[in-house]
Amino acid sequence: MKQMDVTVIGGGPAGLAAAISACKNGAATLLVEREARLGGILKQCIHDGFGVVRFGEKLSGPEYAERFIDELEKTDCEVRTLTFVTAVKQRAGGFEVHLVSRDGVETVFSKTLVLATGCRERTAKQVAIHGTRPAGVFTAGTAQHFTNLLGELPTRKCVILGSGDIGLIMARRLTLEGAAVVGVYEAKSTPSGLTRNIHQCLHDYDIPLYLSHTVTRVFGEDRLTAVEVSQVDEHMRPLPGTEEIIDCDALILSVGLIPENELAETLGVELSPATKGPVCDGQMMSMADGIFSCGNALHVNDLVDYVSESGEAAGKYAAIYTGGQRQLLDVACTNDFLYVVPQKLNLSADNSETAVYFRSREIVNDCRLVLQIDGREVFSKKYRFLRPPEMEKLTIDFSKYDLHPDSEICLRLEVARV
Amino acid sequence: MKELTCIVCPRGCTLCITGEGENLQVSGNACKRGEAFAMAEMLRPMRTICTTVRTVFPAAPVLPVRLSQEIPKDRIFDVMQEIKKITLDHAVGRGDVIIENVLGLAADVISESDLLRHIERRDEDGRCAGSDL
Repeated sequence: MKQMDVTVIGGGPAGLAAAISACKNGAATLLVEREARLGGILKQCIHDGFGVVRFGEKLSGPEYAERFIDELEKTDCEVRTLTFVTAVKQRAGGFEVHLVSRDGVETVFSKTLVLATGCRERTAKQVAIHGTRPAGVFTAGTAQHFTNLLGELPTRKCVILGSGDIGLIMARRLTLEGAAVVGVYEAKSTPSGLTRNIHQCLHDYDIPLYLSHTVTRVFGEDRLTAVEVSQVDEHMRPLPGTEEIIDCDALILSVGLIPENELAETLGVELSPATKGPVCDGQMMSMADGIFSCGNALHVNDLVDYVSESGEAAGKYAAIYTGGQRQLLDVACTNDFLYVVPQKLNLSADNSETAVYFRSREIVNDCRLVLQIDGREVFSKKYRFLRPPEMEKLTIDFSKYDLHPDSEICLRLEVARV
Repeated sequence: MKELTCIVCPRGCTLCITGEGENLQVSGNACKRGEAFAMAEMLRPMRTICTTVRTVFPAAPVLPVRLSQEIPKDRIFDVMQEIKKITLDHAVGRGDVIIENVLGLAADVISESDLLRHIERRDEDGRCAGSDL
């Protein structure tokens, strides 16, 4: 059986960064990707804006991914494309990874695993819409695949439900290709996507955004012919009497992303209800020893730069992992946050440069983030605003706080009173 | 006073613009690029285009392309018309120019990807054909 130090599952931006970093840290590394080409979803994200944090340049998705692919080619990493992981089994000192490809089936033994399986889009089944189920209901990512990879326009006139970033990007993309985007309808009272995308994708092309609106019914037999939209109340319940029928041939959904952790679940990896990804420590290791997680599989990111960063960390710590007992402390946060990653800190590890990622639960202006240890404020940072769609990152040196096994770590937000 | 969202970086600052004509004051920007963006936005908004061109290769029917620099926002659809006229019949690499100085706007249409080179290489290897998507 082939013996590896690190096996990275998934060849998108997180997996690419993890594989490069594992190799650089001296590990015999295997990267497994089910598609024909590396790059993951970036292959179809042809718009620019990637890499501003990392490279100080506005790159397109393919450009960003290919920089990492070029880098990977310089390493000794073993890459398997068109290869699927069918099962992973825990064994003494590592994992048995079962692979299937056009060459047949193979089992590889790996000391550690990096799960870089990305995320999936929420589908029509996960949002309650009445009516028939004709052709013409797409997730934004599917519409993007048709348009940007297959070169086929999936609609002539469409309605977009949900104001997630991919939906906004597709509103602009379809308009450029000559389709009419009637409007973007968002059930919440605030947009889900980045503010800059509202500006450059909708405002630039005069595409209206209807907040507190949702699609309540779909019409059409073979192909979608119209949708019904309604206003909703503050609990997102449709208001009777506000229905409006819109003729169109497609409904495009941009209603959220969910980390993909099917494999993690078969391994009994503990998932966080807040992030839907594995609970991890500051070294990106899940609660299962030797299994690391990164990128959108860990929590949904809005910037690929942070996806790469977490991949690099996961790859590095997987490469230098030697086993041993962990001493885990909770990193708690108040209800002011949607989530904080990592959720744990391993006292036996080096926590002098811990990357902490968080999202606020609501839009808050002029606030102060406070890190409290054993009831004492040890660190704070001011923010002019925090918005749930915009993830924030902090680097904290936990090593200087004298943490002991009974320490209580908590993050909270203080909002200035006017 | 006019409010804008800066699109230069993901920070997305809210910019406030006061004054008239060429005499504008910008506030709310966290960096210099925000000021330049606000000025351009008031005087002559500039944008880039990211799209695809058709190819003759069945394994990759379209290739992603973008502009090498920004063009006036009101010329976006004119440039799109030019890009739609192209069908690529040869492999190009990432960064290669596909249309030079499109419509005299000083921007080139360039390839975003090595996709076609990848396919060329794979075909030379005699490996399995089929879609690369």
